[in-house]
Amino acid sequence: MIPEFGHFALIIALCLAVLLTLVPLWGAWRRDINAMALAPGLAMGLLVFTGISFVCLAAAFLQDDFSVEVVANNSNSLLPAMYKFSAVWGNHEGSLLLWVLILAGWTAAVAVFSPQLPLLMLSRVLSMMGFVAVGFLSFSLFTSNPFARLLPGTPADGQDLNPLLQDPGLIIHPPLLYMGYVGFSVAFAFAIAALLGGRLDAAWARWSRPWTNVAWAFLTLGIMLGSWWAYYELGWGGWWFWDPVENASFMPWLAGTALLHSLAVTEKRGLFKSWTVLLAIFTFSLSLLGTFLVRSGVLTSVHAFATDPARGLFILVFLGIVVGGSLTLYALRAPAVSSRVGFGWLSRESLLLVNNVVFTVATLTVLFGTLFPLLMDALGQGKYSVGPPYFNAVFVPLMALLMPFMGVGPLSRWKQDSVRRWRRELLVPAIATLACGVTLPLLHGDYNIWAALAILLAAWLLLALLRDLWNRVKNASSPVAGLRRLAPSYWGMLVAHLGFAAAVLGVVLTSQFAIERDIKMSPGDRETLAGYEFRFLEVGGVRGPNYVADEARFAVYRDGRELVRLAPQKRRYLASGDIMTEAAIDAGFFRDLFVAMGEPVGEEGAWAIRLHYKPFVRWMWAGAVLMAIGGFLTVADRRYRRQRRAARERLREEAAHGAQA
Amino acid sequence: MGPRLKLFLPLLLFVVLAGFLFRGLSLDPRELPSALIDKPFPAFHLASLEDGRELTRESVTGRAALFNVWATWCISCRVEHPYLEQLADEGIPIYGVNYKDNDEAARRWLADLGDPYVLNIVDREGTLGLDLGVYGAPETYLVDAAGVIRYRHVGVIDERVWRSTLEPLWREITAGGES
Repeated sequence: MIPEFGHFALIIALCLAVLLTLVPLWGAWRRDINAMALAPGLAMGLLVFTGISFVCLAAAFLQDDFSVEVVANNSNSLLPAMYKFSAVWGNHEGSLLLWVLILAGWTAAVAVFSPQLPLLMLSRVLSMMGFVAVGFLSFSLFTSNPFARLLPGTPADGQDLNPLLQDPGLIIHPPLLYMGYVGFSVAFAFAIAALLGGRLDAAWARWSRPWTNVAWAFLTLGIMLGSWWAYYELGWGGWWFWDPVENASFMPWLAGTALLHSLAVTEKRGLFKSWTVLLAIFTFSLSLLGTFLVRSGVLTSVHAFATDPARGLFILVFLGIVVGGSLTLYALRAPAVSSRVGFGWLSRESLLLVNNVVFTVATLTVLFGTLFPLLMDALGQGKYSVGPPYFNAVFVPLMALLMPFMGVGPLSRWKQDSVRRWRRELLVPAIATLACGVTLPLLHGDYNIWAALAILLAAWLLLALLRDLWNRVKNASSPVAGLRRLAPSYWGMLVAHLGFAAAVLGVVLTSQFAIERDIKMSPGDRETLAGYEFRFLEVGGVRGPNYVADEARFAVYRDGRELVRLAPQKRRYLASGDIMTEAAIDAGFFRDLFVAMGEPVGEEGAWAIRLHYKPFVRWMWAGAVLMAIGGFLTVADRRYRRQRRAARERLREEAAHGAQA
Repeated sequence: MGPRLKLFLPLLLFVVLAGFLFRGLSLDPRELPSALIDKPFPAFHLASLEDGRELTRESVTGRAALFNVWATWCISCRVEHPYLEQLADEGIPIYGVNYKDNDEAARRWLADLGDPYVLNIVDREGTLGLDLGVYGAPETYLVDAAGVIRYRHVGVIDERVWRSTLEPLWREITAGGES
């Protein structure tokens, strides 16, 4: 009964989404205030009914209702309750429902947190989000119904959740990722609403910015968790593979990074308007394209969902309507004449333009690499696969090109700046940077040119930011007072840029200095790696809730003292028979130690063992977390609060006038 | 080009891209060009990874077997590896096609992770892969006793894939061979 209830709620949600698309848009066209005012209520209704539907599906999973097809295929009575819940989005149908729920959540959030928006704008924005919801709700209902039943023929037990997904990181990875993906629909809806209204101004950019920043921050966290999960769960210590599915989430991130910088220029200086709108459309289109690639089966990937051509066609048609429609609107309505406000070559505008160019080029190269196999196949040129060499070859130089400009950006002036001022401000940081770049790599025996370059660039970012911070603080009565005076949006930028520097350091240092050794070891054997002695103590059997495992027990010694015990496992999951490697990791600020089990070798209890020493690998994820924190911080900025307060007062006034009338 | 026309450029690019995506839907990257199904395994002259002696089509056919295309640079091959070992333990002959790889790395891989293969064909230049229509590793071909390709699986073989698609075919082929 509960699944039917959920199905019914989903149908009602679709009806509400259709109303949300049509009524406010009609109202905006006819200037009918009553019709427009319905938008927030409809948005809330959409959230409520999608929420009911989601809860019903979760209930089916938690109650082991194997008469529901997705539950039978993706859960098992032995599965721990936590994973039964996360199994809701461990499959195509359920994850799509999560997607819709999050979209409804963002729509409702726009309705609640935007009282300062003119009703006309708000109704158009919500209507656009409603339209996206119509697309995904019908996708869910017509091609991937999560509530389909297996009646008769209900299996006695389920086939179990893919063991790769039975992991704490994977419980929150998809929701965070979708928060990011779907969050860009808000920036998209604002852009389309602005195009419809014919008003692309600073106000539009100011409204879009906090939403874009938050979506971007969520996406950053989501991608970071995915990479972290791959690192410890796939069992061979890699953290990024340029797999089509990873690229699907990375492309919106790259485009989104360009968008949030471009929005800054549009808000502060009223420039780049057409370009910013295009980026907003582009970013969300890439989110949709990612969905298409992952769920249609046009590309092969390690972690693609079960695919079906009907689904692919549905998303493609929807993609065509949304992207084709918005680009047509863009072509017809975007301001064609360039703005009369100019800016000098040496100005913050130029530097942000560099950011935009680099990130757009990066997005396009990743897009090209991801679609290349498909293009060649479609042209009848045979089957290709594009791997890490291509992506690294284009991506690394782009990021290296970006960073020198990134150091100058925050302390440069809008409109016109001068070489002389830059020299005055940056001479000391530049000298200190060179000193760091030359000396720090010496700490590690042999001089590594890539590590030196990474340290140089990261130090440049850090020191230039410190110089800028000093400039802003030095005139205050005390440094603390100066720091407290700084706006949250400035702190956000600072933290995010520092995070970027940390991530670059982590990526380069771990790629350059990681030591990996695959060896045959028997209990009692010892192996030394980067000064750490790994002692293989014994192999034991372990029984988990839904698996049995062999566990290799290691003690790690440094300078004769025991540092830590590590116990990697080789698991065999009972329901599916799948074999999984569970790595054991000792995480540290400067290095990770990583042990994973391969296969038993020979008869005497020897195993193929994989030992890794990974310096600075945490910096990469810590950097991503800092970037996300930076993104969230910007939203606390006073100018958004002020807007909200002003709007509330205006509402109060209106209410008072209404009472008098 | 007028300033307004320029703004149509993104739309134009999207239309082209959408055309490719539409075409992509009707192409299955996992599908073998139908020309090769039920056709004999292609002829080749390549070295063996184990001892370097020259192998030909005749030296690896004659009984029903799996041909697994793998490489040390392939992530998914690592995922698949333990399951291949399990299949080998169950007595299913698996020939390896070491595809566009480095011999030394491949030998180390087999020494470290275990060797489920009867023997390995070194396809360093990918010529055999080209004849087979290999899209990427891992791929596995089901070849019957007469040396005819009966099925191609693109991607990782695990318990589910084996039980649902490959094993029934395998039974059919081996049963046919005995009767």
